[in-house]
Amino acid sequence: MSKFLKSTALVTALSLIAGPVFANNFGLGRAALPEEIAAWDGDISPDGTGLPVGAGDAIDGEEIFAAQCAACHGDFAEGIDNWPKLAGGADTLDHEDPLKTVGSYWPYLSTAFDYIKRSMPYGNAGTLSDDETYAIVAYILYSNDLIDDDFVLSNETFFDVDMPNAEGFIVDDRAETEYAQWTGEPCMENCKESEVKVTMRAMVLDVTPEEEGAEPAVTPAVAETETEAVAEPEPVAEVAAIDPELIKAGEKVFRKCKACHQIGDGAKNRSGPILTGVTGSVAGSVDGFKYSKALMAMAEDGLVWDQEALRAFLAKPKAFMKGTKMSFAGLKKDSDLDAITAYLASFPK
Amino acid sequence: MSDNEIGNGPSRRAFLRGAAAAGAGALTATGAQAATPDPLVTEVQPWAQSFGDGVDETPYGLPIRFESDVVRRNVEWLTADTVSSINFTPIHALDGTITPQGCAFERHHSGAIELRKEDYRLMINGLVDTPLVFSYADLERFPRENHVYFCECAANTGMEWAGAQLNGAQFTHGMIHNMEYTGVPLRTLLEEAGLDTAGDLKDKWVFVEGADASSNGRSIPMEKALDDCLIAFKANGEALRKEHGYPVRLVVPGWEGNMWVKWIRRIEVMDGPVESREETSKYTDTLEDGTSRKWTWAMDAKSVVTSPSPQSPITHGTGPLVITGLAWSGRGAITRVDVSKDGGMTWETARLAKPGEKMALTRFYLDMDWDGSEMMLQSRAMDDTGYVQPTKAQLREVRGLNSIYHNNCIQTWLVRSNGEAENVEVS
Repeated sequence: MSKFLKSTALVTALSLIAGPVFANNFGLGRAALPEEIAAWDGDISPDGTGLPVGAGDAIDGEEIFAAQCAACHGDFAEGIDNWPKLAGGADTLDHEDPLKTVGSYWPYLSTAFDYIKRSMPYGNAGTLSDDETYAIVAYILYSNDLIDDDFVLSNETFFDVDMPNAEGFIVDDRAETEYAQWTGEPCMENCKESEVKVTMRAMVLDVTPEEEGAEPAVTPAVAETETEAVAEPEPVAEVAAIDPELIKAGEKVFRKCKACHQIGDGAKNRSGPILTGVTGSVAGSVDGFKYSKALMAMAEDGLVWDQEALRAFLAKPKAFMKGTKMSFAGLKKDSDLDAITAYLASFPK
Repeated sequence: MSDNEIGNGPSRRAFLRGAAAAGAGALTATGAQAATPDPLVTEVQPWAQSFGDGVDETPYGLPIRFESDVVRRNVEWLTADTVSSINFTPIHALDGTITPQGCAFERHHSGAIELRKEDYRLMINGLVDTPLVFSYADLERFPRENHVYFCECAANTGMEWAGAQLNGAQFTHGMIHNMEYTGVPLRTLLEEAGLDTAGDLKDKWVFVEGADASSNGRSIPMEKALDDCLIAFKANGEALRKEHGYPVRLVVPGWEGNMWVKWIRRIEVMDGPVESREETSKYTDTLEDGTSRKWTWAMDAKSVVTSPSPQSPITHGTGPLVITGLAWSGRGAITRVDVSKDGGMTWETARLAKPGEKMALTRFYLDMDWDGSEMMLQSRAMDDTGYVQPTKAQLREVRGLNSIYHNNCIQTWLVRSNGEAENVEVS
């Protein structure tokens, strides 16, 4: 009885707080203006709500992708190092270590447009036009063999594209498949049929970081597929700088830099400075380029881009120069560092 | 050696070596007897003679330097870049339940941004009667509430699906923190904008996004939005830290951390979910047959022994030993935690430091007299729905090996007779 009265009193109290008495009653905030809503409300729903008018194809997309996306995702959307792979993985979802890409996994194409338009390119988000975004999405679809190169992706053709894994998702079913069988009084004694034995040990893998922040001793098992034999490092000698083979290899490595840097005849400053003649030059000396504070501070301290400094910077940009605006993870292989420095040196002032 | 390395700052391996030495020469607790007077007692020590620091020496205090090893740590090989990455709370070295903000794990998708209160705006739009823009000052004028909740990344323990991999509770279970939040119920703000336009609220959603470059958009069913979500601006009594979303973040009690959007700038009332990148390509759970679960928001009941554990070995030899750990459930309150010392053959019920609270961390203890024999330590949580934390084998039976998120399996630490502990799997 008293319990009933208490709960009634509680309900009454709650309805006073949460009910219509106070609703819309604080008068705080101000009306959002249409321009403000338009500036922030860019989300795209699976049914296409929110898709802007525009169009682009994979041919345009390839060029934009190379400039804006390939530094991390690779020229062919194959992903560089640990960065996300955007293409491939068809029919791998029921295999060990499935490869989940836009083509193999994403159920809705709207998600790609929504994400790329608002949150990409990484480090320069929200700068793509609607047409550029359509073109990039088209290139990703093309890289996944989901459209032909003459297919023009637009708000009108958007739903002509079939996403292979559209039917691949179910709504959380844990209540039926798990909760029912994992509920109730648990076993307290003799809970295993035979003596308990250790079947796997983390120390064997040894991928735990050292407390002082040292690198893990070995490459972890999960990344095993990504490791490959490292080429014998070329000797860092003067002769190496003019080795045509090395320069050729460096040209390939330079693809990772091309999204932001140009080099050679007709090169212009882009999001990174012109690199013609960078080898041996004083840091921060390219006309018309706005360097980071971090770089200018090091330049003032006398930083010169000799081979050694370039190698150190390109191996771990953020470690060499804390605060650099170069959003590049770094080159892990000595052979790549040899090649890139040789390539850069082959473009004197 | 720098100042920071004085005291408790040796490497894990050095610590383990020390532990082994201590274990080898262990005294039994009852038999301990000093042979010679202890100079720390008999001689006047400098700290007992002269002065310590004056007030204002540290206007905002940090932990004493002897605790400099109790910090967040990153696992470098997990991610390509630290601005889109995660680190781990040092749960092996903490006690109680509240996580200090300064060592509470961080997860960013485009780095922790600096956003002044003066520059902060929160928009509510979509199917509302009046789309509104709030300033930070506006938010502080609504009636506010205080709640303690855990925030766990859906990927916590995710590296352990395929086998025992990371050797330390910090790394296996440290994508979690537990704070007391102060904020305004999301319900209050939605009602301020008015929900009559939305009509039947049962099938409505809110889409929430942050002010950082990633925006990290997520869709939340209206029922949850109106139930217990909080627009929070304080944690553990003080302003949110930059890395946790200063000045304002969303709190979604019991649900995966990715939904707790930091620097929240927009809430849109919608007819359906956006199916954003973070709720389709990520934070979905692929089963053995290749189909994937989506909308797996709730964090199921889970627990872990935080000490002894690989980073917190037994260094005192045999005798009294405190086994302790954390338990939590995103679907309610923890009602019981059992501990096994023999890999799950027999269990005994641990002591809860306080009765479990809904969607908050619960601390448990098992006080024992250790005879130095090897232990396979496990803990098993139960919540007020009656759910019992499953073994890894049970999880794998339902989900297979290709899941990443929502691994709430029972963890095993192999504690050797020298006090060292290791992350293992058992039969």
